[in-house]
Amino acid sequence: MPKSTTQPESAPRTPHPVVDNIPHRIEVGFKDGVKDPHGEKIRRMVASELSLSVHSVRTVEVYTLDMELTGSELKLLASGPFSDPVVQNYSIDSPLTDDFDWLVEVGLKPGVTDNVGRTALEAALFCIGRECPGGGKIYASRQYLFKGRLSRDDLQIAVDRLLANELIHCCEIVHRDFFDSKKGLKIVIPKVRGADNIEVEEIDLNVPEKMLLKISRERLLALGIDEMMAVKSNFNSPEIIAERKACGLSSLVTDVELEVLAQTWSEHCKHKIFNADIEYTDEKGRCRIINSLFDTYIKASTETIRKRLGERDWCVSVFKDNAGIIAWDEMNNLVFKVETHNSPSALDPYGGALTGIVGVNRDTLGTGKGAKLIFNTDVFCFASPFYNKALPPRILHPARIFEGVREGVEHGGNKSGIPTVNGSMVFDDRFLGKPLVYCGTGGIIPKKILGEPSEEKTARPGDCIVMTGGRIGKDGIHGATFSSEEFHEGSPVTAVQIGDPITQKRMSDFILEARDRGLYNCITDNGAGGLSSSVGEMALSSNGCEINLEDAPLKYSGLQPWEILLSEAQERMTFAVDPGSINDFLQLACEMGVEATTLGKFTDSGFFHVCYEGKTVAYLSMDFLHNGLPTMKLKAKWRSPLQDNPDFAEPEDLTGVLKKMLSRLNICSKEFVVRQYDHEVQGGSVVKPLCGLNNDGPSDAAVLRPVLESMKGVVVSHGICPRYSDIDAYHMMACAIDEALRNYLCVGGSLEGVAGLDNFCWCDPVASEKNPDGEYKLAQLVRANMALFDYTTAFSIPCISGKDSMKNDYVIGGHRISIPPTVLFSIIGRADDVRKAQTMDAKNAEDIVFLLGQTRDELGGSEYYAMSGFTGNSVPNVNAGEALKLYRALSTAIHRGLLKSCHDCSDGGLGVALAETAFSGGFGMEVDLRRVPVDGLDRNDSILFSETQSRFVVTVSPENKADFEKCMDGNIFAEIGIMLEKPVFLVNGLNAEIVVNADIGSLKEAWQRTLG
Amino acid sequence: MKKVKAIVITGNGTNCEMETAHACRLGGADDVEIVHICKLLSGEKKLDDYHFLNLPGGFLDGDDLGSAKANAARLRYARTSRGLTLFDQICRFIQEGKLILGICNGFQLLVKLGLIPSLNSSFSQDATLTFNDSGRFEDRWVYLRINEKSPCVFTKGLKNLYLPVRHGEGKFALTSEKVLQDLKKRNLIAVQYSDENCETPVMKYPLNPNGSVEAIAGICDETGRVFGMMPHAEAYLHYTNHPRWTREILPVEGLGVALFRNGIEYIRKNL
Repeated sequence: MPKSTTQPESAPRTPHPVVDNIPHRIEVGFKDGVKDPHGEKIRRMVASELSLSVHSVRTVEVYTLDMELTGSELKLLASGPFSDPVVQNYSIDSPLTDDFDWLVEVGLKPGVTDNVGRTALEAALFCIGRECPGGGKIYASRQYLFKGRLSRDDLQIAVDRLLANELIHCCEIVHRDFFDSKKGLKIVIPKVRGADNIEVEEIDLNVPEKMLLKISRERLLALGIDEMMAVKSNFNSPEIIAERKACGLSSLVTDVELEVLAQTWSEHCKHKIFNADIEYTDEKGRCRIINSLFDTYIKASTETIRKRLGERDWCVSVFKDNAGIIAWDEMNNLVFKVETHNSPSALDPYGGALTGIVGVNRDTLGTGKGAKLIFNTDVFCFASPFYNKALPPRILHPARIFEGVREGVEHGGNKSGIPTVNGSMVFDDRFLGKPLVYCGTGGIIPKKILGEPSEEKTARPGDCIVMTGGRIGKDGIHGATFSSEEFHEGSPVTAVQIGDPITQKRMSDFILEARDRGLYNCITDNGAGGLSSSVGEMALSSNGCEINLEDAPLKYSGLQPWEILLSEAQERMTFAVDPGSINDFLQLACEMGVEATTLGKFTDSGFFHVCYEGKTVAYLSMDFLHNGLPTMKLKAKWRSPLQDNPDFAEPEDLTGVLKKMLSRLNICSKEFVVRQYDHEVQGGSVVKPLCGLNNDGPSDAAVLRPVLESMKGVVVSHGICPRYSDIDAYHMMACAIDEALRNYLCVGGSLEGVAGLDNFCWCDPVASEKNPDGEYKLAQLVRANMALFDYTTAFSIPCISGKDSMKNDYVIGGHRISIPPTVLFSIIGRADDVRKAQTMDAKNAEDIVFLLGQTRDELGGSEYYAMSGFTGNSVPNVNAGEALKLYRALSTAIHRGLLKSCHDCSDGGLGVALAETAFSGGFGMEVDLRRVPVDGLDRNDSILFSETQSRFVVTVSPENKADFEKCMDGNIFAEIGIMLEKPVFLVNGLNAEIVVNADIGSLKEAWQRTLG
Repeated sequence: MKKVKAIVITGNGTNCEMETAHACRLGGADDVEIVHICKLLSGEKKLDDYHFLNLPGGFLDGDDLGSAKANAARLRYARTSRGLTLFDQICRFIQEGKLILGICNGFQLLVKLGLIPSLNSSFSQDATLTFNDSGRFEDRWVYLRINEKSPCVFTKGLKNLYLPVRHGEGKFALTSEKVLQDLKKRNLIAVQYSDENCETPVMKYPLNPNGSVEAIAGICDETGRVFGMMPHAEAYLHYTNHPRWTREILPVEGLGVALFRNGIEYIRKNL
């Protein structure tokens, strides 16, 4: 078996013997008179968010070079790749300037991924054209030079709140009076100092239960007592002891084995709660046993739908791979996966979100034989960025989390060249303890690759185990187990990682070429659990593997064997490569600048066998590893919570109320965020996130054309409505599915070929002393699953992939913050001809405004009630039968081109949907609430803001009116108004008086102001 | 008639190669190849075999040292197996009368290599593209006015364009006022951000999305054969790319195709 490591390409070398003193420091800043937008942005944020008065902030990029260089080489680098001669100055081994009151330098802590430093080293090696003894290393940091009357405390606040995160950055704050203008700051090299001793620990599990739990806790294993006992009894079996002896192991479990088991058995990887035996008691005291929520509701729904579809079944691969696959056109299938990255984003919002997006990219990339990535989606749940109460310990301010997450997804998506086409933001202060960061990625894959179905892949005995991409460091160790716990004092900082989109982009380019040349048999990504998980899962098909950890490429020395195996260092994929193809595989990787290393082979031994320098360090039977986990047994008890029923009179000024509704965080424009994401790279954008007269209206869903020669479209949408969980998570789930489907239909998505993804984020549903209402939270989970089954089968939306994150709680001291149970339901499907797609903005004056669907007294959990501090009890119920009939009719009308616009009614109800339709289109509108088909509503505000589901606001040109009405025949719908040339928004109330009268410009202004 | 061969370079973070290649095909190129830069460095492919070099958008090396900087170092210093650097090969490509189009990241690369404006064929860097005044990456459509007196072969016969910008470093800046005067005098400023009628260049945000001096969105060298611009011509090839296609009546072909067609027709006539 070939064992080799390839290095990325670099310039040919010429000998260059001159040696200089190291390290060196190159500083780069903007010339006088050149605007420094980053510095200016920091100055604005310091002024607005910290209320500190700062005269100016300038930035300086610093490169610390731990390599031997001559004076002329240093000059070549400083004046070449490191600075821009037109706008920047540089200095070498001396400070660029001492013109400041305070200097703050922010660098990365040892071991944190330094993308700029890595690129700087690559560029430097090109320039000097020679080898560097020891390889050399460049570290990037940034200085902020402040001018203004500030105290050290002020600076410390700015550092803590805006400039640095103590988990990943090191910081130095210096006043001008204490700054050496000749020598500058003392150079610190953030080199990782690993352990000197590499050792494999053995752990004695023949100890009392209490000690077993202590082992689990202290090692961050997140295993419960039943699980620890299962491990213990496995290792005490005489047969196992004999097998272990044969390969040189004692009867004690090694740290490597314990870590592998903890990761493989983590909630994150095994979904223990979704697979538990649950005793569910409903409100009437009736009890039933549910053996696995996943099997009973999710899998069963998909199977039911597939059976019913028969020949038409469009599912290709569900629940088994990294992501689900559905059929799309004659030649291609679609892949879609959504993940969450909540816990890491709570610790380091930028790094957490960045790794979230590049991580889910790898999931889709590694699905089937490998898919090309065509879109990203992102949905964030935060506390209000304007939160102004004291923050509990270790929690970052929501504004900081918002900006960090936004920027992380920006860099992850934009730099990978994948358009971010769909997303949303939900605000609720219960997301203070853990923000939710959902990242999704879609891909396209040819149905056949070299004549074989692309969804099939297997690692065969004898295949080489090959890892490509980034190197392994201590980053992300315990990510899988960490995310399976609540956020507590001991949450490990090593769980924080920074993604490197460019290393991953290079690898993606390589994978698609290697795929089409048939250079590998199987592929999967390295995510949670690292090599342990990726190799462990692939080894299921061959039934065993043998890994040589000492061959793994490391970022720095000093990693323990278990750390190498478990590290979640980013940008890595694992392959099974036939020995006959290994040379071609490694050569192609080398050419394309991708590091690839053979780490062992797949076997049929039945064992997960890991060696380090020739010695066995783990020997676990595949069967025990994957099937040894005891099933959890849990109880769930449902009681319907009784919320306050609101008792306020109808407000007199409904115009003012409408404006207030439009400016609410959950409704207002998110344009500021959307614009910072590239939503049209790859050239197939059809319905963008923003539409309308001024390209600023809120699109309901995305349409894109991944094959530029074809008019066939991919449609992507989602639904999310956590507030309804306060009344009943059953209806929360039903509404999320309905909302996703409505959005999908609005732009012209086809009911044929549609599929769903369920991403559950829950608060801990396992009852314990510190979590007394666990049984209720589990009952909420059960009910959400029941709704998932009921509505996905009713609408024929098979779920093809999903994920759950079950411990979204923050517990420190006596403080517990739990998120509201939240499901993101994402939809992917097709549009047979994108030219028939529709958008939500009104297109013409005189067009007729229709409301489709009935409006009921369903204000429970609505934005309108929330605005007055109420929840209510009348949560929206979805009538699937009526809805589906309406959806079929609407779909036909859109495909016949009978509509001029189509917008769904969701948060804020009819009032908000009407206003958005009008101001996005740039036309006035007059509607009459007496014409709205209602059931049991007699107040103007209730009709305007009820959140009854399955409704749409559509506009139709007068000439299509008759055809449209005929098409909708048999459904509840009504003509409620007309579009106007004059830019006024008029609502006639139930008593024939005008209840809303506003200029559309003022409505739009209210809608855009909040996050503008 | 001679076959027009276009090459679209990709790799290390380039990401608009697919739609750029599609644009070349729509523009009439007979042969279009997306080539990873490693194949040019290894000598497996050579620039000499093509007439039209496309440097598409993306984030070369993550733009980690400033946009396109690290790749500029790669092209300038990394030697191909044929001995010459890629920079030398590109210079030869230009001298042979061939065409280069750099869009967004490709424009940044051309400018930072000194290939445009390259006044008096100096190949020295007189201009740059730096951080937007807003301090933000933005995706937004902009109105563009074309300088009809420009020698640029790509914009011949065009008066205006409407295209998206998608960048964080698109603010055009120059070493001196004199260079600006030279650019104006020689009509090298081929494309400017303008008002909604595509008549008057504007400095006002967001019509001018980045604060570029003289509202410069794209420039060419004195031959007119080397041209770079920030707006993405390859992002508007079909009317459904237009952000308002559901409300306006538009020609089926997107405005971006014309630039490619101009380049390809020039090659057909002159090479």
